[in-house]
Amino acid sequence: MDGLLALYIFMLAAFTGYEIIAKVPVILHTPLMSGSNFIHGVVVVGAMIMLGSADTPVQQAIGFFAVALGAANAAGGYVVTERMLAMFKKKED
Amino acid sequence: MTMPIYVQGAWFFGAALFIFGLKGMSSPASARKGIIIAGYGMLLAIAATFLIPGLQNLGLMALALALGGSAAWISGKKVKMTDMPQMVAIYNGMGGGAAAAIAAIEFAKGDSHSMAVTVLAVIGALIGAISFTGSCVAWAKLQGVLKKAYRLPAQNAVNVVLALVAIALGGAMVLMAPATPELIFAFFAVALILGLIVTLPIGGADMPVVISLFNAFTGLAVGFEGYVLGNPALIIAGIVVGAAGTLLTQLMAKAMNRPISNILFTPMVASGPGEAISGSMKELSALDAAAMMRYASKVIIVPGYGMAVAHAQHKVWEMTSILEEAGIEVKFAIHPVAGRMPGHMNVLLAEAGVPYDKIFDLEEINGEFAQADVALIIGANDVVNPSARTDKSSPIYGMPILNADMAQNVIVIKRGKGTGYSGVENALFYTDNCRMLYGDAQPMAGEIIQHLKAMG
Repeated sequence: MDGLLALYIFMLAAFTGYEIIAKVPVILHTPLMSGSNFIHGVVVVGAMIMLGSADTPVQQAIGFFAVALGAANAAGGYVVTERMLAMFKKKED
Repeated sequence: MTMPIYVQGAWFFGAALFIFGLKGMSSPASARKGIIIAGYGMLLAIAATFLIPGLQNLGLMALALALGGSAAWISGKKVKMTDMPQMVAIYNGMGGGAAAAIAAIEFAKGDSHSMAVTVLAVIGALIGAISFTGSCVAWAKLQGVLKKAYRLPAQNAVNVVLALVAIALGGAMVLMAPATPELIFAFFAVALILGLIVTLPIGGADMPVVISLFNAFTGLAVGFEGYVLGNPALIIAGIVVGAAGTLLTQLMAKAMNRPISNILFTPMVASGPGEAISGSMKELSALDAAAMMRYASKVIIVPGYGMAVAHAQHKVWEMTSILEEAGIEVKFAIHPVAGRMPGHMNVLLAEAGVPYDKIFDLEEINGEFAQADVALIIGANDVVNPSARTDKSSPIYGMPILNADMAQNVIVIKRGKGTGYSGVENALFYTDNCRMLYGDAQPMAGEIIQHLKAMG
């Protein structure tokens, strides 16, 4: 990818992250930390690409490890976040 | 590797769903929908990845996805809400480990890249590896597997030397690319050890900030590796989380009145007991406590982690409902660091069924204590210590606190006469309008409920 273009993506993504969190009430900080933890679980996609092009046993082993860890990050992050958020209720619900 | 347009398009759409979902998570009413939307984004991104032409090792890949995913899914379903912080830590560490492993394969392949790409790959690998082992230590500490803070002699010097060695090895990998297997191995070994050594001396009370910091680290590592792979979805998701995590870390550190550098490099020490406190602690009975609240018009409850440890949330909520039926206004006041991570107490109260519109932040509620007839403090200590406002010699001086001392009457439910997490005496307990109710929070709340019911 064009290096400068990636730099622009970095900048805009950083502002987006900052803006989204800056307005979040304290009561949501724990689910939010776990929710953002879930989102970086997308690393599993990168791990799959690497494992998909691994051609020595060592690379395959590391790739396997990477995919398993990434999948755990995504699945675990999702489950605990959803469980926490499901409990937040308004009075009349 | 050039990707077909449908894979690119699915990733693009996935990244959009992540941001949309994260935005939804910024308000309690839409938060659950937000995580579900982000979840669909993740499924889409993973499914599209399988469609990349010429992808090898598909069987291994499916096995790894199934193993990692199901292990985490099951553990995530089972974990208790009080244990949530360490669970978040361990999932986060796994993401960091995955990012570091991606870099390791990239180095092992030895493909030629521009220097900028190699530099980012090295930085991503370094912070991913630190996040991996550091998060494992954080998990072990909060889980109680590691009970002590291990502090090496000259800890800070060791940290600095190790960090410099890691940076030097990383620099060598950039300059001598493609790196030899020995160099790659040495670099990762030092990076992993660095994560361990930096985290081991940090005490349990500071751990939530560290977990948040590692969350930001993993985000950045994922973003950098996304750049190496030329994958904008990883860049966007990683950097958004990196920025968000950095901000969250700062907010937490501010709420604890501990700069991040302080948390990483100096142990929490009681820097002296503070000014001597005159007066004595005065006890009262559960019956008196019940009567005091029953004839109040406004009660503010300040729950602390002690309440969660005693599993008293449900009883406290039952008591609240009885008081409300009698026409008494009841609110919950939450300190930003109540519990074991910011917002943790809100989760624990939500689990007990307390609606979130009864729960108030420090800024929202501090002005209201003066109008409250009773402030009921359950298992909280340092966060209501007025010394933080008045006593410059106190170790917690300057920490924002809940002004419970301004209420007409203060009732403290507490197991014993000991001090709080910081080891500082609480001046509140000695004031004239404060009464102590000694006992475990759950049976005490139960007794108060009995008396309230008897009063009708």
